[in-house]
Amino acid sequence: MDYAKHWRQKAARYRLEGQRHRTSGEVRFPPQSPTLAEDANEWEPFNLSGQGELYSFSVIRQAPLGYDQNTPYPVALVKLAEGPLITAQLTDCTEADLSIGQPVEMVTRRLKDTGGKDGLLIYGYKFRPLLNP
Amino acid sequence: MKNVFIIGVGATPVGEHYPRGLVDLALESMRGALKASPFSPKDLGALYVANALGETLAGQAQLGAVLASAAGLQGIEAVRVEAAGASGGLALRQGLQSIQSGAYDLVMVTGVEKATDKFDTAIEAGQALALESDSEAELGVTLTSQWAMLMRRYMHEYGYAVEAFAPFPVNAHANGSKNPGALYRFPIKADKYRSASQIASPLNMFDCSTLADGAATVILASESLAHELGGRKVRIAGSAVATDTLALNQRQDLLWLTAAQQSTSKALKQAHLKLTDINVLDITDPHSITAALVLEACGFVERGKAPSYAAEGGISLTGPTPLATAGGYKSRGDVGGATGVYQVVEVVRQLWGEAGATQVQGAKVGFTQCLGGVGTTAVSHLLVAS
Repeated sequence: MDYAKHWRQKAARYRLEGQRHRTSGEVRFPPQSPTLAEDANEWEPFNLSGQGELYSFSVIRQAPLGYDQNTPYPVALVKLAEGPLITAQLTDCTEADLSIGQPVEMVTRRLKDTGGKDGLLIYGYKFRPLLNP
Repeated sequence: MKNVFIIGVGATPVGEHYPRGLVDLALESMRGALKASPFSPKDLGALYVANALGETLAGQAQLGAVLASAAGLQGIEAVRVEAAGASGGLALRQGLQSIQSGAYDLVMVTGVEKATDKFDTAIEAGQALALESDSEAELGVTLTSQWAMLMRRYMHEYGYAVEAFAPFPVNAHANGSKNPGALYRFPIKADKYRSASQIASPLNMFDCSTLADGAATVILASESLAHELGGRKVRIAGSAVATDTLALNQRQDLLWLTAAQQSTSKALKQAHLKLTDINVLDITDPHSITAALVLEACGFVERGKAPSYAAEGGISLTGPTPLATAGGYKSRGDVGGATGVYQVVEVVRQLWGEAGATQVQGAKVGFTQCLGGVGTTAVSHLLVAS
């Protein structure tokens, strides 16, 4: 199911690969195709550190198909150290542990099991409160 | 801008219509709208269908042709328009432009959504299609959780507690309880707000709309046809669309709905009207935070002030910006791609003085705005009694 769709994401999902602007140094995530106003070579691949802080978060109790066995689970907008915001699940924490501004770090975890004979185990980034703040 | 008039409106009650399918609901709203006008179906030049989730929730694509043939209108131009929750406003705009271009003199715009054939998990997944797929929805993020994260950030930036948002759903239910076509026809109390069960924290059940079934139709006519006809009508004085990123994480200022602001100011400019000319409005308010951010982006309320503005009565029937006069998303119900058409039906009834128990006295200028996703597509219309 959607093998290629998930495979295409491997650089971003597994090593948080974004892009850095070759002249301005601006960093963006996720990696994007150049807009119509940009040259194809303006942005280069760039690995983010995976360090950041919570911009905001929510704990989901009414989930979509595919995630309905995982409730409750927290999701967040994380302000990465290099500047961009990233949307991700949080892990290894409960809602009581969380507050805006808290430092978090990226870990690789299972996102979902698409199920069935041809199913995929999808892995990718999540964030957790810093182990050693 | 060439004048185009709304000459007839119709809508089904919003509900869990288990015995009825998408086509049946759409036809009821079409009949209602045509009944109010002197035209017969054969006079129609084209049909614009607003629908967000037909493929996913109703198992049906090509809804233009589906509804044209079901209505006995085979042969006419029929188009389905999709921009998630903004589909209704966008279909209205397509109809408007088809008349302004000179292609047609009389067209029908029908919004329809059939959601309740599926379980909540499938509906949640359907609504998440309005988010960015790879970097949001695929990770388990929901549309509600996106608004929830904006609400938590808003509370953090401006120092509000959760219960400060209660006036929005309390107002919506107070109005919706008087609307026979509303999904939830009962009032709710502010003191219950804090203890309601969580959907996506800090958003609870008292502050989350429900997607339900329904259809709404408006009939549009060119100026020459409308004048020939005489009788009551509403002029579409302004119409504008703006777009923003799907992903929240790509925005510079997350608490500012740029597309809502842009479409509002474009529509006002076209209509030669000011915000203070508006007497009644129907906006996208599935959650209080949505209504708050829309009021601020459109310019009705200063940034960070919307919850206190609502608490002081600003959104009540006698306030400067009466909201959710038919119950809003929370009480009337969220009708997906049809909601934008329901908004227009309600505001037209207000301008015709037919809004019953929730009539805003003397309303002459109305504003509708529907959003797709988290303010990703915004469609604004200014309607003037004529």
